[in-house]
Amino acid sequence: MKKTVNHKAWFMVLPVLLLVAFSAVIPLMTVVNYSVQDTFGNNEFFWVGLEWFEEVLHSQRLHEALGRQALFTAIILLIGIPLGIFIALNMPKHKGLWSSVCLVLVALPLLIPWNVVGTIWQVFGRIDIGLLGYTLASLGIDYNYTQNSLDAWITIIVMDVWHWTSLVVLLCYAGLQSIPDAYYQAAKIDQASRWSVFRYIELPKMKGVLIIAILLRFMDSFMIYTEPFVVTGGGPGNATTFLSIDLVKMAIGQFDLGPAAAFSLIYFLCILLVSWAFYTIMIHSDKEAN
Amino acid sequence: MDLSWMGWTQPTAIFFATIGSLLVIMTVWNILSPQTPRVGILRFETTRGDRLFISLLGSAFICLIWLGLVGSPLWGALVVCVVFAACVFRWV
Repeated sequence: MKKTVNHKAWFMVLPVLLLVAFSAVIPLMTVVNYSVQDTFGNNEFFWVGLEWFEEVLHSQRLHEALGRQALFTAIILLIGIPLGIFIALNMPKHKGLWSSVCLVLVALPLLIPWNVVGTIWQVFGRIDIGLLGYTLASLGIDYNYTQNSLDAWITIIVMDVWHWTSLVVLLCYAGLQSIPDAYYQAAKIDQASRWSVFRYIELPKMKGVLIIAILLRFMDSFMIYTEPFVVTGGGPGNATTFLSIDLVKMAIGQFDLGPAAAFSLIYFLCILLVSWAFYTIMIHSDKEAN
Repeated sequence: MDLSWMGWTQPTAIFFATIGSLLVIMTVWNILSPQTPRVGILRFETTRGDRLFISLLGSAFICLIWLGLVGSPLWGALVVCVVFAACVFRWV
């Protein structure tokens, strides 16, 4: 069959193209322009070349923020992904009332906006009125997320795991649902252990959704802003000042547009690299599967 | 249309014009001689567009590494970038 070629269809893409140009490309170009200049406001700019990039690349403050960010993302992925798989494996396999109840319960945290999650945990962890903080204090555990860095980290990590593990669970559950019963029956005939069933049936079948889950969790945790901002404000000291919090402090707090622009471009390139890698792996494994 | 709020400078304008013309050249090239994706040293299929993307992203990191280790100006890094892009188009 000969396909007809109709290039007029490209015009259908035009609205999206304009929208993306307006909302992403033009702002990004502006950021690039800002990153090579200095300004004292009033739309007056002074050419500084690549000074900001050099400053940012050598800045102790940003190295530390990047380190904290990488650590946070690694911890979130190490806890969130296995926990999500574990919960998905223990959800009821067959459709019914119980599985619907489980799904709704699991999906609940996803419906809550970031700043509300932050506020909930900010109150939850308080020693005077929060359930968690008060209980821990009455058990004699010294817990104070506003003064102790470790406590602040634990609070933010538990909060993020609570908020986003559901996403991993839902994706994995969808992956598990797509496995035909015949696979399990075959495994039973071969007297496969629980681990073998997981390793050779469930995990390979979940590969596609897991890559998406890891990509989404990576992106979300790597650019996290609102929740830690509401709970700790980046403190105590700089203990929970992640990249985006530092970036906003620099750009809006100190109005250092040039360094902030250079910094956000480096941040953008890091995310672009990782996203491209994940995307390529995803497309590649899809083709392999077909 | 007043674009002064965007803070344009000549070097950044040249930078974006270069990327824009690269995209146009790639489009024209693709119309003149349509491509077939091939498997290179990264062991997955790439099109010319993929190779351009890899070249540009890699070049950005080459420039950043150069700035971090050597410092400005970036002419040396630019040479490395061109060599890198040529390698990507040849082997990836």
